[in-house]
Amino acid sequence: MDAHAVSIKEYLVKKEPYYEPQGDEIALFEAAYRNQIPVLLKGPTGCGKTRFMEHMAWRLSRPLVTVSCHDDLTASDLIGRYLITAAETAWVDGPLARAVRIGAICYLDEIVEARKDTTVVIHPLADDRRILPVEKTGELLEATPEFCLAISYNPGYQSILKDLKQSTRQRFIGIEFGYPTSDLEQRIIVHESGIGPEIAEKLVKFAGMTRNLKGNGLDEGASTRLLVHAAKLMVTGIEPRRACRGAISETLTDDAEMLAAINELSASLF
Amino acid sequence: MTLSPPLSAIELEEKLDEYLDPVLSSRRTATGLAAMLAEFSRSQQEFVLRWIGIIAKTNAELAYQFAAQAPEGLRLMDPDDIESWIIQAMDTYDRMGLYPASAVFHEGEAYAARVRTRVSGMSFDDVSGILEIFVRGLSGRPLKLEPGEEVYTDTSTLFLPSSLARMPNKDENFRLYKAMAAHLWAQTWYGTFRSDLCGLFAGFPDQDRAKQIFHALETVRLDARLAADLPGLHRDMQRLREDLDETAYPDTWQKQLCALRAPQASVQTTIDALNALYGDVLPPSICYQGTLQAGRAEQVMAQRLSREKDQFHAALARLLDDKGRRTELAGLEGDPKDDTERFRVERTPDPDQPGKWRYELTIDGQPVTPPQDVKAMMDSIVQDLGDIPDDYLVAAGDGSYRRDGEEKNPDDVWKGTYHEEGAFLYNEWDYRRQHYRKHWCVLREIDVHPLDDDFVARTRQKYAAPIASLRKSFEALRGEEKLLKRQKNGDNIDFDALVEAYADMRHGMEMSERVLTKLHKQERNIAVMFMVDMSGSTKGWINDAEREALVLLCEALEVLGDRYAIYGFSGITRKRCELYRVKRFDEPYSDLVRARIAGIKPEDYTRMGVTIRHLTRLLNEVEARTKLLITLSDGKPDDYDGYRGDYGIEDTRQALIEAKRDGIHPFCVTIDTEARDYLPHMYGAVNWTLIDDVRRLPLKVSEIYRRLTT
Repeated sequence: MDAHAVSIKEYLVKKEPYYEPQGDEIALFEAAYRNQIPVLLKGPTGCGKTRFMEHMAWRLSRPLVTVSCHDDLTASDLIGRYLITAAETAWVDGPLARAVRIGAICYLDEIVEARKDTTVVIHPLADDRRILPVEKTGELLEATPEFCLAISYNPGYQSILKDLKQSTRQRFIGIEFGYPTSDLEQRIIVHESGIGPEIAEKLVKFAGMTRNLKGNGLDEGASTRLLVHAAKLMVTGIEPRRACRGAISETLTDDAEMLAAINELSASLF
Repeated sequence: MTLSPPLSAIELEEKLDEYLDPVLSSRRTATGLAAMLAEFSRSQQEFVLRWIGIIAKTNAELAYQFAAQAPEGLRLMDPDDIESWIIQAMDTYDRMGLYPASAVFHEGEAYAARVRTRVSGMSFDDVSGILEIFVRGLSGRPLKLEPGEEVYTDTSTLFLPSSLARMPNKDENFRLYKAMAAHLWAQTWYGTFRSDLCGLFAGFPDQDRAKQIFHALETVRLDARLAADLPGLHRDMQRLREDLDETAYPDTWQKQLCALRAPQASVQTTIDALNALYGDVLPPSICYQGTLQAGRAEQVMAQRLSREKDQFHAALARLLDDKGRRTELAGLEGDPKDDTERFRVERTPDPDQPGKWRYELTIDGQPVTPPQDVKAMMDSIVQDLGDIPDDYLVAAGDGSYRRDGEEKNPDDVWKGTYHEEGAFLYNEWDYRRQHYRKHWCVLREIDVHPLDDDFVARTRQKYAAPIASLRKSFEALRGEEKLLKRQKNGDNIDFDALVEAYADMRHGMEMSERVLTKLHKQERNIAVMFMVDMSGSTKGWINDAEREALVLLCEALEVLGDRYAIYGFSGITRKRCELYRVKRFDEPYSDLVRARIAGIKPEDYTRMGVTIRHLTRLLNEVEARTKLLITLSDGKPDDYDGYRGDYGIEDTRQALIEAKRDGIHPFCVTIDTEARDYLPHMYGAVNWTLIDDVRRLPLKVSEIYRRLTT
C-alpha cells in the first residue's frame, strides 16, 4: 500500500492550473464525477481540454493519469505487462490499471487515435460495472468511487477511420469545448503569456481569420494554444509578424499558397 | 557541325501551303509570308513552321495569323517567350474563340513589352490563389477573384487586372494587387453599396463626375476603417500611395476628410460629403481604387438578396418545423403576420468586433441556434443591408417552402440553355502544345438509374460455385492477428524463448534478446475505385460481362472489408463528361447499389482523362494506406470532339501520371486485343492486363484484384 501512496502523490496536481471556464463545464463534470459517470470531452485541438482535466483533478484533489493515445497503443500499454528482471518476471501496471488502483482520474487524450481493439478494454470500466479485468494476472480490478474515466476526441476530423464507435461513446456524458469567446480568449492569452491586451486582441482577431478558412484549405483554424505560443514568442522579443509565422502559420499548413495568404493576414494586423 | 542553310522562300511557301491549305485561296496566298520568313535562320524557320503545324491542328486560320505575325515576334522575343505567346493565344482560342485569339497575335508588341516587364511584374494567376484565401480570411461572404479589364467588384466577385507591372519589382506589384483586393473587399464589407448609388448619381447634372468624387471620398472612409481594423494592411497601402505620390487631397476637402475618418462614418457620410464637394476639384485617382460599378453591384446584390430572402423564409419554416410548433399551431397557418411576430432578430453589440452587432434569432421570444448555413445566410444579408429587415422574418408557407428543387438539375443541362453550374471543371493535357487546356472538361456526377430486375440474383445463381470459392480465398486474405514469437520488442514474454535464453546464459553463452511475443495485426488498409467503361461500344455482352464482374467483385470485397467505390463513365464532347455513381465509398452494398449495377447500360463515348482526374480527387478524400484505381475498359480513349488517337492517349497518360503523383496505383483490365499498342504507354508496362475472352471477365477481375492486393 505504501507504494500506492507514493504513486498518488506523484500524480497529484499540486498548484491550481489556470483555467477560464467557457460555460458550465465545471459543474457538469463535478456532477458526473459524483455520480460515477465517465466523461467525454469533445472539441478542436488546443482549446483547453487537457488544461480543463488538470484543473478538475486539482479541484477534486484526485491524482490525474493522462495517456496520450496513438495508433500503436495496445491494450497492454494501458493495462500492464510482465517485465523481465534478473531471473524472474515482474508485473508492471499500465497507466489505466494504476489509475484504477489509486482511484485517480484517468484521462485518455485523443482516444480515436488508439487502435480500435484498444478502445474496447475501457468498456467494462465505463459502465456501471466499473471493473478492469487484467487477463494476464487473472486479477479483476474494481474501481473505487474516486476513480474517474475521461476521454477526449476531436469531432473535426472528418475521417471515417477516426470516429468513435457508438458502443463506446454511449457510455459517457459529453462536454463540448469550442474556441473561447474573444474577450475570454484574450484574457487567456494575456494570463498565459504576459503580453499586453492590445496585442492579445490582435492575435484573437488573427485566429478568427484563420478560423474563417476552415474547410477552405485549412483543416483547423488557429487554436488558443497557438495564440499563446505566438504571444510568448513576442514577449521574448520576436517581431510580431515573425512570431505569428513561426507559431501559427507554419504549424497550420505546409501549402505554400495557404502559408503566404496566412502570413499576409497576420501582416495585415501587425 | 555545319549549320543548315536557311530555306528559300519557295521551299517555305510549299510547306506553308501544306499547313495552311484550308484558309488559303487564289487571293490569299502564302507567298508574302514565305518571303518574310526567308530572312530568318534555318532554326528559327523550323521553329516557326513546327508551331504553325501545331496551331493548324487546332485552327488553320489561327495558324495563318501566327505565320503573319511570326517575323515581328522573332525580332522582339526569344523562342521561349514566343512559345508562351502562342500558348496564350491558344488558351484564348479555347476560351473565347478565334477572334480574340487572333487579337493576341496582333498584339505581339504589347506582349513582348509585357515579357520584358515580367521580370518585375505579377500576373493574376501568380497572385489569385493567395489573395482568394486572404480575402476569405478577412471575413464576410466568400468572394471570387477573376481577371478583368477593370478593377471593380460586383459584391460577389473581385475583378483584378490580368497582370501588373506598374511597380518596380514583384514584391511591390504583389502589394499593389493585395491593396486592390483589400480595397474592393472593404467596399463589400463596410457597406459601400448599402445605398442606392445609381439613383444618387442620377440626381447630379454630371453623373460621371459625381461618381468619381463619391469614389474618392468613399476611399477615404474605407481607408480609415482599414486603418482601425487592419493596421498592417493599411500601412502597406499607405506606402504604395507614398511611393506613387498619391497622398495629397485638396485643401478644400479637409473638413469632409475629418468626418469620413471618424469611426461612426457610414456611406451616408460619404454621400453628405459628395453633396458638399460636388463642385470642387477632382482629386487624382489612387492606385488601388479601381472603378466603382454601382450598376453591376446593384444588379448582383438584388439577385442575391431575392434568392436569400426566399431561402431565408424557407429556412425559417424549417426551423419552425424542427420545433414541432408548426403542427401544434396548424390552425394559425397561412397567417404571415403571425409568423412575423413569432420571429425576431435581437441585435446586441458584438464583443468580438467593437462597433458591430451580433444578431440572434428568436422564435416566440426564445433564442434558437440556427444551423451553419442559415447563420451564413444571416451574415450575408446583414453584410448587404446592414440589418435583417422585418419582411425577412416570415416563415414560408407550406406551398413554397421546400424549394431546394429550384437548384439547377444536372439532368436538365441540355434542356434550354446549357449551364456549368454544379459541375466540375478539369484541365486537359494537349500533348501537341505540351500544355494543359484550362478548365476544358465539364464533368458531372449522376446516379445510375437503378434497375429492379433479377440480374444480380441471376448472376449470383449462375456463379454460385465460383462465388463460394472466391469468398473463401478472399477470407484468407482478411487481416488477422498473428502472434509473432521471439521478438525484440513486444507486449508479452515468450516464455519458451526466455527459458532457452536463460539456459544459454547459464551455460555462459550470450543471452538472446528475442524473448518477447508481439500480436501483429495485418490490417488491410486499402481503398479501391473501380472505373467502369459505359461507352456505346460496350453494348451487348461486354456490358453484361462488366456487370457480372461487378457483382462478383462486390460479393468478394464484402468478405474482405476493403473500402471500394464503383463509378461508370461516359459522355459526349468535353462539355458533357458524365460520371455515373454506382457505389460511393461510404455507401453499403445495398439493394439500391445492386439495382444500380443492374442498371449500368452503354451510353456514349470514352473520355478517360477527365474521369481519372475526378476519381483521383475522390480517392484523395479517402484515407487509406493503399489506393487503387482499377479501370475496366474495352478500348482506347475516344470522344466525339477529337479526343482520339494520340491526343486521347496522351491526355489519359497525363491524368494517370497525376494520379500516381497523388499516391494512387492505377491498373487497367481491358478486353481490347490491340491494347498492347497503347496501354503500356498509358499505364506502364505491368499495370494492365488483357482478358481476351470476354466471358471470362467476371471471374478474372476478382482474381486480378486478389493478386494486386496481396
